[in-house]
Amino acid sequence: MDYQFRFGALLRFTDEIVEGVLLTLQFSVVTMICGLIIGLLVAMASTGRVKALRVAARVYVESIRNTPLLVQLFIVFFGLPSIGIRLGANTAALIALSINMGAYGAEILRAGFESVRQSQVEAGRSLGLTVGQTFRHVVLYQAVKAIYPALASQFVLIMLATSVVSSIGATELFNKAAFIDSRTYLSFESYTLITLSYLVLTLGFRALFAAIYRLAFVRRAHR
Amino acid sequence: MIREFGAADIVYLIAAARWTVALALTAMVGGGLLGLVVAVFRVMPVRPVNWLAIGYINLIQGTPLLGQLFVFFFGLPLVGLSVDSWTAAALSLSIYASAFFGEIWRGSLQSISQRQWEAGAALGLTYRQRLFNVVLPQAVRISVAPTVGFLVQLVKNTSLTALIGFIELTRASQIISGATFAPLPVYLTAAAIYFVVCFSISQLSQMLEGRLRVAR
Repeated sequence: MDYQFRFGALLRFTDEIVEGVLLTLQFSVVTMICGLIIGLLVAMASTGRVKALRVAARVYVESIRNTPLLVQLFIVFFGLPSIGIRLGANTAALIALSINMGAYGAEILRAGFESVRQSQVEAGRSLGLTVGQTFRHVVLYQAVKAIYPALASQFVLIMLATSVVSSIGATELFNKAAFIDSRTYLSFESYTLITLSYLVLTLGFRALFAAIYRLAFVRRAHR
Repeated sequence: MIREFGAADIVYLIAAARWTVALALTAMVGGGLLGLVVAVFRVMPVRPVNWLAIGYINLIQGTPLLGQLFVFFFGLPLVGLSVDSWTAAALSLSIYASAFFGEIWRGSLQSISQRQWEAGAALGLTYRQRLFNVVLPQAVRISVAPTVGFLVQLVKNTSLTALIGFIELTRASQIISGATFAPLPVYLTAAAIYFVVCFSISQLSQMLEGRLRVAR
């Protein structure tokens, strides 16, 4: 093997990479928020009393979880214009990511609310807490504690999944690999550098989420 | 020339799905073998070997599969290996799968209580007997459902290989979509085919979970 690796030649693209990281984080945070809102509605529908809504929620969750994100993205970006809905690449990316996240969010939230037993509510009420207090201090606290780890790892998964939206030309971190490649012709170095940038993000966020968990839940439990 | 999206295209898409399945099966076998090594490295009572396995798992689970695909696609030719997209796709999906299988199987192994080992020792069984007759049969039972469940992820993730030019279901849909200018029906058909494959595997996983839980 006589290939000379030239990672040094990529140093001048630091600004591009930082910009890419910020865009990817924007995508991830917005996706997480929109996905959780959709997920909350779907979780409520799937545990509610109306059978039609329960069935619709089930169909949504199963059809999203059993098809690839890339194909969902293509349906939104390339498919919808043929029925008159034209979207920019970034908008289409956000919509596809949020719809995707909604299905996983629904499952996480449903599991969270089911993890708090009815007897906890009864206990709270019998101690003289109001309905609101019981929900806030008993149900919500325990539910959030139960779903926190799943949400934290979901955030990292979303962050990694956003790389897929570069395929329709949305502007985020992975897109920068193609950009740097086109300027330097150093394909291997460009993609390796960008791929490893995600690793830094992943490890950073995992550490951050673990620290938040210790602060918010572990200490309080010992009090 | 623009033509209509018709029955022949649906047949073509179903035929292309063979490559999706073939790739998933290859990654399952390759990733399974490599995953065994990862799981063993992860539980061996030798610290540096554990760290090696943990580093490997973090590297694979902490980076996007799309990035791994491109790194292999552009990296293999540099070390003088074949450049075709099948090799890059099969290799990177196998490596990707091995990190997840490794973690699933490590979890299953470690979920077997230490007392099972002690009980085996008290009954005079050798290490091999304890491993193969006591611990493994229980660990395998626990690991079956999550292993099958991960196959759904694997099948869905084969779609990313379309982006390095491997012709499987998603790439075939792009081609048909380009020829017919009917992206919506084409991608919906592709989604339906993925759904049939993945939903069957999900149901199988749930069924196995229910059936194998009885013994615990």
